[in-house]
Amino acid sequence: MVTTAKSQSSSSETSQSTPFWLKYGARLGIHLLIALGSLLMLFPFLWTVSTSLKLPGSALSWPPTFIPDTFHWQNYIEVWSIVPFLTYFTNTTIITLTTVLGSVLSSSLVGYAFARLRFPGRDTLFIACLSTMMLPFVVMMIPRYILFRNLGWIDTFLPLIVPEWFGVAVYIFFSRQFLRGLPMEYDEAARIDGANSWWIWYRIILPMAKPLLASIAILAFRDSWNDFLAPLIYLQSDERLTLALGLVKFRGYYRTEWSLMMAGATLMTIPVLLMFFLFQRYFLQGISFSGLAGR
Amino acid sequence: MTSLASSQKAAQDEPMRHKRRPRSGLAREEMRDGYLMVGFWLIGFLIFTAGPIVASLGLSFTTWDLLSDAQWSGITNYGTLLKDDLVRVSLWNTLYFTAVLVPLSTVGALLLALVMNMKLRGMRFYRTLYYLPSITPAVATTLLWLMIFQPEFGVANYFLQKIGLHKQLWLMDPSLAKPVLILIALWGIGGGMPIFLAGLQAVPRELYEAAEIDGSNRWNSFFNVTLPLMTPVIFFSVITGIIGSFQIFTNAYIATDGGPGNATLFYVLLLYRNAFQYFKMGYASAMAWLLFLLVLIFTIIQFRLARRWVYYEV
Repeated sequence: MVTTAKSQSSSSETSQSTPFWLKYGARLGIHLLIALGSLLMLFPFLWTVSTSLKLPGSALSWPPTFIPDTFHWQNYIEVWSIVPFLTYFTNTTIITLTTVLGSVLSSSLVGYAFARLRFPGRDTLFIACLSTMMLPFVVMMIPRYILFRNLGWIDTFLPLIVPEWFGVAVYIFFSRQFLRGLPMEYDEAARIDGANSWWIWYRIILPMAKPLLASIAILAFRDSWNDFLAPLIYLQSDERLTLALGLVKFRGYYRTEWSLMMAGATLMTIPVLLMFFLFQRYFLQGISFSGLAGR
Repeated sequence: MTSLASSQKAAQDEPMRHKRRPRSGLAREEMRDGYLMVGFWLIGFLIFTAGPIVASLGLSFTTWDLLSDAQWSGITNYGTLLKDDLVRVSLWNTLYFTAVLVPLSTVGALLLALVMNMKLRGMRFYRTLYYLPSITPAVATTLLWLMIFQPEFGVANYFLQKIGLHKQLWLMDPSLAKPVLILIALWGIGGGMPIFLAGLQAVPRELYEAAEIDGSNRWNSFFNVTLPLMTPVIFFSVITGIIGSFQIFTNAYIATDGGPGNATLFYVLLLYRNAFQYFKMGYASAMAWLLFLLVLIFTIIQFRLARRWVYYEV
């Protein structure tokens, strides 16, 4: 396993000191290990899909059947009628898309100011912003609930959306790191032409920062789509629930209907996986940015 | 914060700093816009973060059920907190979970990244595969593992019997419930991998070449080059890992609801119950502040310890 970080150039020298069979044996061993591990990673997904295609009521049997006798595709249609799945889906989509839009716009704007504008106290403010990443959500949970209750926002989507429109610390950090890398000449040229900072942000920086915007969008999409605790606190009535809440509620009603529940779980997972596959490059880039926070 | 110090340092060698212009009308305008833009975040921070944190400190000295007026009760909540058996149990459960999960997932993610950094056939495919569990919605993840660990018909018991072992109650067994939740969390280990991969790829190749010229073998190169340069990433991952696992909630809420026999009653789950099921807002706020202080202390200790083992390039 130690071979990893080594450059390829060294492999020719080591092949002289290590016997041929050992080198290829080690490679084969690592391949086998990874393949075995990926089976462990993949199995729960396969099992979910397999269960979702079983006849309702026969999902759990002993010994378990790995491939259903008949593929009961109707489960994927039935889910929509048994619970207000379409409502949950719509709600989650509305919340997620507005949250994504807000996170992208506000975080890139604040990040732009931190990265490219000069004003006293900028770096101190940036440090304050960074350190909020370490604050546990739980500490703000109760007063936030009370605040939103006083505003009459409980059982609306607003508590889930509005805070994200004021910039999210981690995305502000990405934005600053990314935008510092763009050449300053663009801003300067635009300023000579009489443009102000807002115009520069909107017309020059944003079009150049598409990879950044994509990574923020995808991370925000994942977090909002998958969120459980905040919707649990703020949303109450059935027609306002998100997919995450709906799926858990579904379990309360149909405790034994694993096949339908797994169909629901699959349907809920598909959009996130789809987003991931479409924008994989940006996704991993965004994650890597956050890792460099440690440096 | 060390990371902050370095970013501040980096801020100073920005190219634009070199040619400082006199404060013209243009510069004043830039300053104003800068404050306005950052003000955006600052207002949000004051309303949704700083305000609530201060407010929850105030609330923690009251008794309040949301319906009647809040009653000032001094430090009663904190006194109760120290004597509350459930708080003690939930703290123990949370610390246990953190103490097992964070080291395992950090070392695991690092090893995984080392393997995934090898230039082998199909590595891109494997990276994707190992990453997928970590983006799957927590609710879906929990439900599917609940099905796998179902005591009567679950497929986990089927495999266990295949290799000649007895069936287990898994999440319904007080002594197994926490380890099973840790296992479920470890399924998402690939989530930490990209950060480590980025760290590995940022190690300058020249350092390996220099080490090789000096006669260093692969083990030595790993321990003397890779590992020291990876310490900032490891540190970051440990810090965020601890803060995250201190707040474990969703899995326990859905899979076990704290049971069996409070074996998975984690701190935030208890806090949630006190606040939103028993409506003890004051008491729950005191719990929140205790958590805040614990996280703060842990983080400060880690930053102190970091001076001894985290290596920053100068």
